[in-house]
Amino acid sequence: MAVVTGAPRKVVETNRVIAPGQTAGMLDDVVNTPVLVGPQRTPTWWWVGFAITLSLLGLYLVSIVRLVTTGVGIFGNNQPVSWAMPIINFVWWIGIGHAGTLISAALLLFRQPWRTSINRFAEAMTIFAVVCAGLYPILHIGRPWVFYWLMPYPNTHGMFPNFRSALTWDVFAISTYASVSLLFWFIGLIPDLATLRDAAKSRFQKLIYGALALGWNGSAKAWQRYMRAYLLLAALSFPLVLSVHSTIAMDFAISQVPGWNNTVMPPYFVAGAVFAGFAMVLLLAIPLRRAFGFEHLITLRHLDNAAKLMLATGMIVVYGYVVELFYAWYSGVEFEVFMAYNRVLGADHWWAFWALIACNLVAIQPLWFRRVRQTPWALFVISIFVSIGMWLERFVIVVVSLTKDFLPSSWGNYVPTFWDWALFIGSFGLFGTLFLLFLRLLPAIATSEMKELAHHDAHHGPDAYESIREAYYRGEVRA
Amino acid sequence: MSDAIPPARLGIAPTEAPIADAQAVDLAAIRARVRERLAERSGAEYWRSLDELADTVEFQEFLRKEFPRQAAPLEASLDRRDFLKLLGASLALGGLSACARPPQPHEKIVPYVRAPEDHVPGRPDFYATAVLDGGYAEGVLAENHQGRPTRVEGNPDHPASLGAAHAITSATVLSLYDPDRSQQLLQGGSPRSWSQFATAMGERLAALADGSRLRLLTETVTSPTLAAQIRELLAAHPGARWHQWDPLHADGAVAGLRALFGEDVAPVFDFRRADVVVSFGADFTQVGPGRLRYAKDFARRRRVRSADDDMNRLWQVESTPTPTGTLADHRLALAPADVAALAAVVAAEMGIAGAPAAALPARVPRAWIDALLADLREHAGRSIVVAGADQPAVVHALAHALNVELGNVGATVRYVAPVAAAPAEHAQDLRELVADLRAGAVDLLVVIGANPVFTAPADLGFAEAMARAGTTVHLGEQLDETGRLARWHVPRTHTLEAWGDARAFDGSVTIQQPLFAPFYGGKSDLELLEALLGRPERNGYDVIRDAWRERVSGDFETFWRRTLHLGVVDGSAAPERSVTPRPLAQSLPTGGDLVVHFHADHGLADGRHANNGWLQELPRPFSKLTWDNAAILAPATAERLDVRSHDRLALRVDGAEVVLPVWVQPGQAPGVIGVALGFGRTAAGRVGDGVGADVYPLRSSAEAWSRPVTAERVRGRHRLATTQTHHSLEGTGERRHIVRAGTLGELRAEPEHPKFVHPVTHPVSDIIPDWKYEGYAWGMVIDMTVCTGCNACVTACQSENNVPIVGKEQVIVGREMHWIRVDAYYKGDLDDPEFYNMPVACQHCEKAPCEPVCPVAATVHDAEGLNVMVYNRCVGTRYCANNCPYKVRRYNYLQFAELAVNASELSLAHNPDVTVRSRGVMEKCTYCTQRISAARIQAGNEGRRIRDGEVVTACQSACPSEAIVFGDLNDPESAVVAAKASVLDYKLLEELNTVPRTSYLARVGNPHPDVASASRTVSRASRPVASSSRTGSEGVL
Repeated sequence: MAVVTGAPRKVVETNRVIAPGQTAGMLDDVVNTPVLVGPQRTPTWWWVGFAITLSLLGLYLVSIVRLVTTGVGIFGNNQPVSWAMPIINFVWWIGIGHAGTLISAALLLFRQPWRTSINRFAEAMTIFAVVCAGLYPILHIGRPWVFYWLMPYPNTHGMFPNFRSALTWDVFAISTYASVSLLFWFIGLIPDLATLRDAAKSRFQKLIYGALALGWNGSAKAWQRYMRAYLLLAALSFPLVLSVHSTIAMDFAISQVPGWNNTVMPPYFVAGAVFAGFAMVLLLAIPLRRAFGFEHLITLRHLDNAAKLMLATGMIVVYGYVVELFYAWYSGVEFEVFMAYNRVLGADHWWAFWALIACNLVAIQPLWFRRVRQTPWALFVISIFVSIGMWLERFVIVVVSLTKDFLPSSWGNYVPTFWDWALFIGSFGLFGTLFLLFLRLLPAIATSEMKELAHHDAHHGPDAYESIREAYYRGEVRA
Repeated sequence: MSDAIPPARLGIAPTEAPIADAQAVDLAAIRARVRERLAERSGAEYWRSLDELADTVEFQEFLRKEFPRQAAPLEASLDRRDFLKLLGASLALGGLSACARPPQPHEKIVPYVRAPEDHVPGRPDFYATAVLDGGYAEGVLAENHQGRPTRVEGNPDHPASLGAAHAITSATVLSLYDPDRSQQLLQGGSPRSWSQFATAMGERLAALADGSRLRLLTETVTSPTLAAQIRELLAAHPGARWHQWDPLHADGAVAGLRALFGEDVAPVFDFRRADVVVSFGADFTQVGPGRLRYAKDFARRRRVRSADDDMNRLWQVESTPTPTGTLADHRLALAPADVAALAAVVAAEMGIAGAPAAALPARVPRAWIDALLADLREHAGRSIVVAGADQPAVVHALAHALNVELGNVGATVRYVAPVAAAPAEHAQDLRELVADLRAGAVDLLVVIGANPVFTAPADLGFAEAMARAGTTVHLGEQLDETGRLARWHVPRTHTLEAWGDARAFDGSVTIQQPLFAPFYGGKSDLELLEALLGRPERNGYDVIRDAWRERVSGDFETFWRRTLHLGVVDGSAAPERSVTPRPLAQSLPTGGDLVVHFHADHGLADGRHANNGWLQELPRPFSKLTWDNAAILAPATAERLDVRSHDRLALRVDGAEVVLPVWVQPGQAPGVIGVALGFGRTAAGRVGDGVGADVYPLRSSAEAWSRPVTAERVRGRHRLATTQTHHSLEGTGERRHIVRAGTLGELRAEPEHPKFVHPVTHPVSDIIPDWKYEGYAWGMVIDMTVCTGCNACVTACQSENNVPIVGKEQVIVGREMHWIRVDAYYKGDLDDPEFYNMPVACQHCEKAPCEPVCPVAATVHDAEGLNVMVYNRCVGTRYCANNCPYKVRRYNYLQFAELAVNASELSLAHNPDVTVRSRGVMEKCTYCTQRISAARIQAGNEGRRIRDGEVVTACQSACPSEAIVFGDLNDPESAVVAAKASVLDYKLLEELNTVPRTSYLARVGNPHPDVASASRTVSRASRPVASSSRTGSEGVL
């Protein structure tokens, strides 16, 4: 089963959820020790990456300064395209943010042991993606300094937000999602933070990790309460995976813009979010396992499963495209029919639709083959396609629908400006900076859970969980 | 009545009231007086210290702070020292205002509506005066807020406007405050005072000896007082000559009337009595004396509400599409020579003696002209034949001959004594002047108002000729191209700041009264003439009063007050003249394979309004072009020249070359390149300089309106800024039922439920019961049958609602801010399409899609049914704009409006009743909610309901066609309820169940029964609009 690649370092690829023969000490060595080393021993690739992301972050900050001082007019938005790249980017980032919670919460609830090695960084990805996403709606409004008017708070205006507006629902959806995700991530980190505290050499590290570990003592009582809390939070955050993107879909669905006003939007957006999220997980996991030598922890099994989920949700998304076009025709409403025509064959943006089909339908078809699912570089390339495709999907929905709606006299076009791209590319800087800091300062893999897995592996044979579950389904064991 | 009108307290200090009373205005007066005093320096005995004071930074700072920015907060940077300095300066200036009494001019102006004792600060006063178009008066009411004119509307009592206002007229307040206006009397570029100028002129004129070397160049003069002054000057200097030059002057009309009747007369049409109108290239609703009146009369005869109504029929042939032409029941796009040929054919068929022989132009179907002739014969005495300002003399002569032949004279047409003081063919007039100049026969050339260096035909070489004059004096509102070359330049007052008089198309005289003292200083035409007559100290007020004192019998003060109040001199219409036609002996103009056809720009006219941003950004009819002129080509011509829209085309004639961007325009005559005059100014100011291309070099004095030209594509593209890129009503456009149009015949066939109005029915079902409006419920109806798309509503709204301009780049991006737009659609044949104009502003939907999606409830419904925008609450998510199916919401993507902290003088044109919006805020039509509020307060004070017609929206008041009706839907007697009861009433996109409060009356045409089917066949045979991708027209799908 093990595949040896042509890498300079001897890489042991495996299809188990964890390579055989792992011990707690070995895990600490590869995951926790690099976190505690001094700055001078930080790998070069990290510095290079950090320099790049930091300069992009600089671009992001310059864009924000320019935006706030000059106005949203620095973007390409116009009449009739009042929403454009900031909203596309918002939906794109928030979609990416979905895989993390799905992996950590949903897979935990379904007792999928393969989540264990990827949940930590996937959750980090979620939080950082939500940060990137959440800033867009604030930045794209005309007067960002009064964005808090969207929140219900007692005020001298005597005004509450308009609860009929999906944008108000957005505020709740995103803030809830961000806080639950953060909490869930932090609680998951506590045993590892305690491990770092215990292993730390310097006083400073002891102090910081010690404070963050909240006095964790590893007692059976602590573990019992910890597990209960973790499970409860998982149960709490799982519905959010479905609700957040449904709410964002309603930003569009409750309008009457042809191409937005679709009941299929919420499920279709959720599927799209998971689709894009897994693509991003793979985009991060593949270099990560290579850079840290995590091939024995993030195994081909993980990549394979993520690819399967990507394929499944990708096909749901494609089904959404078909349904949209079908309903446009079936409705018999001229505006919808024309919207579908314009999307697929319209002179200005036909390319966007077909590029999206190429990325989201054609590019994922190789995933039907196990060989492709277990070839990291192929997955990496496909994930890039999917990420581009999902961005294009939002472009088609947001921009192409708006360019030509009801009155031909008002039809227009949209051309992104330098600042549109700057704020988008700059957001990678924000994401990348946060992510690299996370990699350097916190364990990228949940070692406490991995140790548990290694224990099961050692004592009950490979894929212990799975054999137990299979036995359960066969009726041989009872819960 | 006149006794009830005491003198005004605003503008210029009245005799009775002490100056200290009207504080806001006093500043203007003080400023003027300071200027005057500084200029004169004669009052040195008591103002020696003022000279020093005026030169100090503090004093300048004080003027800047105190006067133009009324509410500007003190800048934070003002420190204690500066504050004390300012305080000192204020005290000194306070003293100045007290001491300035003795030389204060004693002038009275009279408010139109409200007497001063009724004056409430915060409520505007309205003054009747007139704005000139081509020298002809159009009566206006100018709105004055505490001494600050902010708005100009039509005067309902004036015969030329009847309350309507042209787009340019509404925009004139912006020109009034234009900081690029000329502000300083100059001699060779150096500042001089008025007295220095007067002294120099006195010497110059004395040196002329017999005066034979004096030349005066004016535009068309209709002012009786100015004409009298000119005659006095000419009498004082025998041999001096007076020339007139207006580049847009209808020379053909003057020459044609002279040829036909042997004398100068002015035609006055009565469109109310005309069943059939035949127009040879006449844009009579937009161009020429009487345009607003004609638009109103024409629309009144055209309006249809039910199958029982009757309507007129318009036959229009024209080379470049015009707003009038869009209403035509039968319109053909013909080259200028073909228009003349068609006129000759019609005249010959009607038996006009001496009509030149001509073959029927190839583009005119035989059935078409047969029907036209039959229609004219059938409606003899109830028809009008009218020729356009750009038509040659022969077409004018033929048109008038036809009117005589048809017995229209005395019925629909009357001829009156000439309205212009000295009717002339301006091209010939200017040619003679240039000849004199070249011969070195001119010692003193005085140019009043005109800008011949920019506007003179290229063949005359005016600038070069002008250099040969001994001395040139230029009186102009701008230091324009002529002013820069002239030895002396005198700033001219704006129409709203000077005394004067002018006559309307029918001869009626308006005495123009100023709204305030000249804002940037300046002298009026009358005052300049007085200076030339050796009386430089006399001001316009005295001149005009003395002149009229001689003309009226009876109590002068009564006359004076009554006339100023009404805005028109009673019984001053020109007397009718009986005319006898003479046989014609004129030949037809020859055309060419490719001709250039000039037209006055819809916004800039001859270029004089080039520095007015509202007019630069005014979307031109149909093309919706802004900030540029273009070579307008028919699709077929574009194909022939192998160009597409935005390509660059070089037009060459007589060694002159002008490169213009191409605009492919359905409805343009094939082989004719339409170009707008007035662009490409070099000395207009910061807004107008270098915008578009100057096409005057292509013009010649002999062929002023069209001439053969060669055209060639040149490299590169020039991006034109247009506010509408899709115009076709074919395919999806047709299926959307946006524009509903049919014919009178179709309406009469189905009088109860015409299918063209109501193609589909949509049952409305809603589980929530409708809101009941107990008080008022406002609503609007727009009649598409009479809308010409003339944009009068657009600038009226812009002026009333402080709508900012955004500039060319932002228009290209698609961020224009107009609250009301006129959508233009085409249907049918590419060369002769049907045009539809559809004004669209916020529809004030009862179930407004914008409202539920706003997260902060910044757009909500009010208790009178208005969809209101709360600017202060708006955070700018723009969801409302996305969800508005009519796309009428406008967003301040950048800081388009001027904020108080960095405002220029232009912000004085703002309406104080309407918020100036900051960036990041959504805005849109409010149904002029400030006017509703004003009426509500007034009615509340008087304990009654608002009467129908009491609230008039800005767009409605300006509309020359009366296409817009506004009122209370809860008042069963209101005009708007009556209009909505029409079977033609429909709502835009009503299938969306937005329940708009604005509805439309379907467009009804009245094609001749014999030609309706024939023209259809022609249309089908030629190419449909939708297949024009080859030509690259942006105008079609």
